[in-house]
Amino acid sequence: MRKLVTSVLAGIGLTLACGTSVYAQEKSLTIFWAEWDPANYLQELGNEYEKETGVKITVETTPWSDFQTKAFTEFNAHGDAYDLVVGDSQWLGAGSTGGHYVDLTDFFNKYKLKDVMAPATVKYYAEYPGNSGKYWAIPLEGDAVGWSYRKDWFEDPKEKEAFKAKYGYDLDVPKDFKALRDIAEFFYRPDQKKYGIAIYTDNSYDAMAMGFENALFSYGGELGDYSTYKVDGFINSDKAVAALDAYKELYKFTPPGWAKSFFVEDNQAITENLAAMSMNYFAFFPSLINEASNPNAKNTGFFANPPGPGGDQFAALGGQGISIVSYSQKQDEAMKFLEWFIKDETQKKWAALGGYTCSAAVLKSPEFQNATPYNKAFYETMFKVKDFWAVPEYAELLQQLNQRVYPYMIGGEGTAKETLDALAADWNATFKKYGRGQ
Amino acid sequence: MATTMITTLDRSSRAAARGLSDISIRNLFIIPTVLFLIVFNIFPLIYSLGYSFTDFRASTNAPANFVGLQNYRDLLNDPYVWSNFAITAKYVIISVAGQLLVGFGVAMLLNRDIPMKGLLTTLLLLPMMLSMAVVGLFWKLLYDPSFGIINYALGLGTFEWLSDPKMALYAVALTDIWMWSPFVMLLSLAGLSAVPKHLYEAAAIDRAGPFYTFFRITLPLVAPILMIAVIFRTMEAFKTFDLAYILTSQPTAELISIRLYKMAFQEWQTGRSCALAYIVLIMVLAITNIYVKYLNKVKER
Repeated sequence: MRKLVTSVLAGIGLTLACGTSVYAQEKSLTIFWAEWDPANYLQELGNEYEKETGVKITVETTPWSDFQTKAFTEFNAHGDAYDLVVGDSQWLGAGSTGGHYVDLTDFFNKYKLKDVMAPATVKYYAEYPGNSGKYWAIPLEGDAVGWSYRKDWFEDPKEKEAFKAKYGYDLDVPKDFKALRDIAEFFYRPDQKKYGIAIYTDNSYDAMAMGFENALFSYGGELGDYSTYKVDGFINSDKAVAALDAYKELYKFTPPGWAKSFFVEDNQAITENLAAMSMNYFAFFPSLINEASNPNAKNTGFFANPPGPGGDQFAALGGQGISIVSYSQKQDEAMKFLEWFIKDETQKKWAALGGYTCSAAVLKSPEFQNATPYNKAFYETMFKVKDFWAVPEYAELLQQLNQRVYPYMIGGEGTAKETLDALAADWNATFKKYGRGQ
Repeated sequence: MATTMITTLDRSSRAAARGLSDISIRNLFIIPTVLFLIVFNIFPLIYSLGYSFTDFRASTNAPANFVGLQNYRDLLNDPYVWSNFAITAKYVIISVAGQLLVGFGVAMLLNRDIPMKGLLTTLLLLPMMLSMAVVGLFWKLLYDPSFGIINYALGLGTFEWLSDPKMALYAVALTDIWMWSPFVMLLSLAGLSAVPKHLYEAAAIDRAGPFYTFFRITLPLVAPILMIAVIFRTMEAFKTFDLAYILTSQPTAELISIRLYKMAFQEWQTGRSCALAYIVLIMVLAITNIYVKYLNKVKER
């Protein structure tokens, strides 16, 4: 018996010893990201790095739905499974104040990244708290919400004529939110199984917030004051109320059963001939110009989020920065990778692979803007984006937004004003709970 | 005699030859289980009870502050949590009642001599052998208003099963009924086949009608085993998560376990979610206790 126990223990010990020694011998870095095309592009970029330096890069992914949960479970356990993480912009607060991210301020200043990267990406992917000059991530994948549309439906002469007769102006890419609504209404034909528009409505993470933000920001509204945490008079202002009504109005013209839709459903709306226009992150557009994944690839066009009635034009920000996990054993190695990543030629390579670079110089270059049908819209959008709260308790704020806005949007409960007043009260209570901006 | 067989070891057995006493064998079996229970069940249970009185957040480095009953007070004053409980209660009642009706009905139909009874029973058991997540995913497709087969078969056009706030909970319950009726059926079948045949013969001689026979003979004799099915299904339905989470995101179908998941793993309000978990635990315990009391009463009769 004792012999058996001893041998088993010895066996376990040996396995552990072998495991760790092998691990230490080869130089490698693990990057954690969500499961989508850009992660594959990053893996390809990582392969280039391995060729140059011999350090093996592994991009580990998990589906978007449990990306946040899995990453934070690892952080909270102080695990070193990941050396770098490409985290959502909202995570900055939780990542920095929770001690999960390594402070990259010195790195940022040394390479003057504030001037190298597009200003919005520095502000939303890297800096926390706002205007503090403290940086926690390197902007990696720029992203924002844009629109795809069916060029063949828009350019059909019969449709053009009918549209002009009905609305008094030409059918074209929407010039503002009113036109967006009109076109959605125009193409909404349930009897032909054609519908006007596909928008985000899912209330399980940030889909609903991102969709609504597109309307809110273009209507000149704000979520609140990011420095004082004041929300009264912002999120429930007249502009915000009008924006919510406008967004709810669009829901009328969506395909049936459009109550839990996010990026997958919105791309399907184009590939399955369901909708004339579809909201989505730019990161999901590459599959729309690929004939293998979109039978309508040749007939798909793209435009930036249109301005609201006041002429303001903004879009909701997606995208991620790359941070070093503070529990990683290989922080120096990770730092070297970041030094390589921010080089101009790496950024060019990154863009060529399909990644959305945040490097201002690459973004401005004509070769980037002409590379795909949507790069120009992306470039325009990236200089007018705004984002959700990035405080550590952002998930509670998101949940409260979902809780208030969803029943109004989908269930038609109450009015826009009541909804947003209630949301302002929820947010005030949450900020008070965490002692912000008293 | 029987007890001595259990407590003493046969002297000629190999275990006895190795010098193991009956007590050491008992310990060998029990201690790992008890240790496992303590490490993975009892310890987290007590640990989370402690957390439920703090404002601890697993996602930050901030120390946990003792807040007394604040979490419980907030939760019990939160209208959303109450509505989650009401939704859960409605869901449990609909889905357990539905499973009982369908399961027991099918068992009654199967409890006779029919050809290929074994094969039929096995096929009917298939739904409950599938994984909850898989059932959720393909029922989502079945319910789809644009290409789902349910609307096509019933001629409902583009009826929105899952996006209609009023319908979503029923749609989830319907899926649960489909999946778990076979479980009730299996237990009922066992109960039905245990009813002594001579009771039915006596009833037939007395010219008792089918209703009388059912309510006076069949139901009372099967009741205890049906109660066990109800207890199992109620506990399971109370903590339904995967099915509802995959099928719909309607607030009108947000069960308490979904709220708990969001609070614990999306918002990382660890302290508060521990408190909510305790409230749920106490409720399930209370409901199960009422059932068990009732079950004992039924058995005594």
